[in-house]
Amino acid sequence: MSRIGKIARRTFLVGSAAIAGGVAFGVYYANKGMTNPLQHAKGETTLNPYVLIDAQGVTLIAPRAEMGQGTRTTLAALVAEELDVAWEDIRVIHGPPGQAYYNHAMFGGILPVAEYKKGPVAEHLGQMAGYLGKALQTQITGGSSSMADAFEKMRHAGATARETLKLAAAKRFDLNASDLRTENGTVIAPDGRSLTYVELAPAAAEIAPPDVDLRPATEWKYLGKSMPRVDMVEKSTGTATFGIDVRPEGLVYAALRINPHFGGGMTGFDDTEARKMPGVQKIIHFGTGIAVVASNTWLAMKAAEAVEIDWETSPHPATQEAIFASIRTALDGAPNSTLRDDGDAGTVPEGASLVEAEYSLPYLAHAAMEPMNATALYTGDELILWSGNQAPILHRKHCAEAVGLAPEAVTVHTTYMGGGFGRRGEYDYSVYAARVAKEMKGTPVQLTWSREEDMTHDFYRPGGLGRFRGAVKDGKAVLLDGRIAAQSCLRQAGARMMGFESGGPDKALVEGAFDQPYRIPNHRITGHIAELTLPVGFWRSVGASLTAFMYDSFIDEMAHAAGADPLDFRYQMMKDEHAPSAACLAAVREMSGWTGKTPEGIGRGVGFCHSFGTPVAQVIEVEQTAGGIRISKAWIACDPGIVLDPSIVEAQMIGGMIYGLSAAAFGEITFTNGAADQQNFPDYDAIRMHTAPKTEVRVLTANPRLSGVGEPGTPPAMPALGNALFDLTGQRARALPLNKSFDLIV
Amino acid sequence: MTISLTVNGTEHAVDLPGEVPLLWALRDELNLTGTKYGCGVAACGACTVQIDGQPVRSCQVALADVWGPVTTIEGLGTPDAMAVIQQAWVDHQVAQCGYCQSGQIMQAAALLAETPEPTDDEIDAAMQGNLCRCGTYPRIRAAIHDAARAMKV
Ligand code: FES
Ligand code: FES
Repeated sequence: MSRIGKIARRTFLVGSAAIAGGVAFGVYYANKGMTNPLQHAKGETTLNPYVLIDAQGVTLIAPRAEMGQGTRTTLAALVAEELDVAWEDIRVIHGPPGQAYYNHAMFGGILPVAEYKKGPVAEHLGQMAGYLGKALQTQITGGSSSMADAFEKMRHAGATARETLKLAAAKRFDLNASDLRTENGTVIAPDGRSLTYVELAPAAAEIAPPDVDLRPATEWKYLGKSMPRVDMVEKSTGTATFGIDVRPEGLVYAALRINPHFGGGMTGFDDTEARKMPGVQKIIHFGTGIAVVASNTWLAMKAAEAVEIDWETSPHPATQEAIFASIRTALDGAPNSTLRDDGDAGTVPEGASLVEAEYSLPYLAHAAMEPMNATALYTGDELILWSGNQAPILHRKHCAEAVGLAPEAVTVHTTYMGGGFGRRGEYDYSVYAARVAKEMKGTPVQLTWSREEDMTHDFYRPGGLGRFRGAVKDGKAVLLDGRIAAQSCLRQAGARMMGFESGGPDKALVEGAFDQPYRIPNHRITGHIAELTLPVGFWRSVGASLTAFMYDSFIDEMAHAAGADPLDFRYQMMKDEHAPSAACLAAVREMSGWTGKTPEGIGRGVGFCHSFGTPVAQVIEVEQTAGGIRISKAWIACDPGIVLDPSIVEAQMIGGMIYGLSAAAFGEITFTNGAADQQNFPDYDAIRMHTAPKTEVRVLTANPRLSGVGEPGTPPAMPALGNALFDLTGQRARALPLNKSFDLIV
Repeated sequence: MTISLTVNGTEHAVDLPGEVPLLWALRDELNLTGTKYGCGVAACGACTVQIDGQPVRSCQVALADVWGPVTTIEGLGTPDAMAVIQQAWVDHQVAQCGYCQSGQIMQAAALLAETPEPTDDEIDAAMQGNLCRCGTYPRIRAAIHDAARAMKV
């Protein structure tokens, strides 16, 4: 373990403020504030242990994990903005599991209220729900919430540290702190004398941090600018350490083979041949499958394949037809939620023309580029885990249980993740590594899943059905009544993560539909939970990844039925309901030179979704070529309120859109006898260099609150592509993936 | 069985069966972890290295068949002395999760060696075997064009 890692761990697990040769700011409060999580104590925003100063300089501790979204860089910029340290001198590490790192903003998002409508009351309730996050010990990277959560907290941590260091310097100089200024990690007196933060740290540790006001945005040096990402050089030179790259001394390698038929165990196995294979050290069996430990990952994988296993059958429906029949039963049945019910959605207004459509979406895998893996060392009284993960406290807890240790005896090192997309909030892969390590006492083991294992043991984005009924009159929508049915991610993943199943209306099932900023007089959205138990979980943009395709495609169908321009149709219904959303539509209209008309061989579609507090509008252009239909261009406009790093926002918008286009064009997981049919990228392809559109992004800032950017780019891409294909071909896209009904270039 | 292998200018003797793919010798024997495993079936390009300057999927080349000196991302440049193409990647802030980028860079470096000023179509053709689930393609394209310009002068 690196020195800094040791310090950080000891500091935060032990909770002491001052450590030999170093000082961590805010830790005083970590003890105090954590005892009563629901109390909104004064100075609450300063309680976070984010700044560590030792002989080597200033280290910032990121409470959220880096899975590609640039969070580490922006979290560092937030602290550095107030702390006055030079960008080149900043080191950032991921925090150890700690309750003080709980994600406030993510739980603030669970209330059944449309984000764009949040007034002061909902805002306050959201804050209270946020404290639940603290009670539940959520140190989770998800819900596009990292920046909203950190925006105040991290700046306060930096400001408090700065002022404390100034107080320490004031004593040494015999001056008032207000006479001093700070720059590049030093406190400077008017007469030119200066002391570095490192020199001041031990004395500062003795001083109670004062209350500090934050600098206004007009004074920002780092925030609002595109900062060089702190992980960029490592990631361009092959030197960034992902979970799969940790190499502790004496490491051995393992492969996994678990029953692909979900819910089935193993009745017997024969490992006679596998045992004789080169490099094999041990074969471990779990009730649901086996792991092989060898001197090399590939040798372990080969031996795992050579084990003959009798699998139990799966209790899940045997066919796709049966799965979707069950979803249809839910669709026809009573709703779990009716989170929007304006006017009288049961009656078609007089003189209006009726529009009806049904939509079908498949299950999806996350397919993060780095397959699931984790590394663990079990010593008998301690477990050390290296794992790229989105929820270290959960990983620690469940690994501790798996090996029979107390959580305090488990050290979690959160590495870089080769993509997360929601998959790495689950802890199964860490637990498997811990279980294998327990059988290899004293030897560190790296357990790597083959791509096939990864794809066939996901927690999938649930497949779903939508039935929409609407009516248009005088160029406007007068009725929209949508029913959405799918498995509940929130119930299932919530039970895995929190240990209890949440009841009540499932907001995550209908978000992206019930909460859209359209003024339609008769407007209802109901959610229907399918009683299937296939493993499902959070997938980039969660509910909106399913519902936005249905809802926005249907808006497009209504526009055409009304004889209106689809972009203007949306705009007119939105402009008085939520101006920042309408402004995004206006922006893509201008950027794309939208006229509503396209030449022969070209199609254009617009898509819109407001999710995680951020409205995003997209225009996608498709082109008929000799080799098939190409997704040629895209324009994106979004409004996250405040832009902390324009380059990162742009990258997330484009990346989010491409993730959505990949799913819309090619993504489908099907199940036979309870096992996923798709095994690897040839069966589950994605957008590639030659199929990615040329894209332009505009970021607006009229929204009153800071909101996330990691997920909101994904949902509108799917309907925008479908709508563009309709414009090109005249054929409506009502089922995904689109390559089944359209001749897309692969 | 001991197989000798030249990687980034250094000769190594690895004690592995000849059928083991080069990828797993690099990663698990030589601890050159910059080269990544993504699919094992030549479908993602994360494992791309160069043998004799040719881009190859190291998950598909058996150790016994390695026909020349191997260059991995670690051999292209280092954080303190980056290759021109790596600098272009940094300038364009290409990486998101970064997991695919070693393969992308090795593939792009081979493209530029062969085609110093690639067109967009040539970039499409050369790079389409390299998957990026984070969707960094537009910046990869821009970085390749930029590196091409920088290498010319
Ligand atoms: S790991 Fe070799 S191409 Fe994917
Ligand atoms: S940067 Fe994440 S897969 Fe390419």
